[in-house]
Amino acid sequence: MVQYISPPLDRSFAALADATRRGIIDRLGQGDASITSLADKFEMTLTGMKKHVQVLERAGLVITQKVGRVRTCKLGERGLKAEAEWIEAHRKLFEARFEALDEIISEMKQEESDGSAS
Amino acid sequence: MDQQVSSAGGAQNRTSVERRGDRELVVTRTFNAPPSTVYKAWSQPELFQRWWLPKSVSGVSLVSCDMDVRTGGKYRLEFSAGGSDTMAFYGKYLEVVPNERIVWTNDEGEEGAVTTVTFEDQGGKTLLNFYEVYPSKEALEEALQGSAAALPEQLEQLGELLSSIGE
Repeated sequence: MVQYISPPLDRSFAALADATRRGIIDRLGQGDASITSLADKFEMTLTGMKKHVQVLERAGLVITQKVGRVRTCKLGERGLKAEAEWIEAHRKLFEARFEALDEIISEMKQEESDGSAS
Repeated sequence: MDQQVSSAGGAQNRTSVERRGDRELVVTRTFNAPPSTVYKAWSQPELFQRWWLPKSVSGVSLVSCDMDVRTGGKYRLEFSAGGSDTMAFYGKYLEVVPNERIVWTNDEGEEGAVTTVTFEDQGGKTLLNFYEVYPSKEALEEALQGSAAALPEQLEQLGELLSSIGE
């Protein structure tokens, strides 16, 4: 498995690799919703929607709470932080990239000055 | 163009990454060498492949690197995560001005970003600006949420794996 990003982030990105699940996150960004209303909105069976919500819940992107007979879903903290985390993952990649580039540039400068000295 | 990096700078060269507006991601950094040197490290495949995908972070290694760095030229980077599968990033150079700027497309996805890198001379140092501009707000959101920016196929497979575990 590719360790492109940190493991907790892997899990949330994986959960978000599905278009319906991204749609659910978008919808919950506008306000809490019950599983029933999500199933209606995405034209899906209750069982199907429950599975998607479970994946999101395990990734920490969604929190659910049962009140009476209704299970309500809302965005988990990770859902709100996903963008910041993505930026952070990108920053780490670019930092490592540019550190490596920096080293190569130092080598090149060294070679140039060696060349001009001889 | 709206610069956020102060030219005063300290000894530390910092990499900054920020989202700008709805469709743009910007990365900046200063290098202690003139633009001609930084450009060379960016445009010569044998140098480029030594830094573009640092293994410590990406966990992948480049298996091939073809770059025809001139306006209209193409590139194709193939890399492997250790198994037999390879993945490719490819596209076309829309504009190449040696020592100043390189603009290229990212054609592996449907709504790929157009990437621009500029090299600005700052008294013998180089201020490097790296811009990824997505075709729409939605495409950037998609990238932010992982499927376009990182490794689409692996993520899709992971997604399927997670769904199947959920059953």
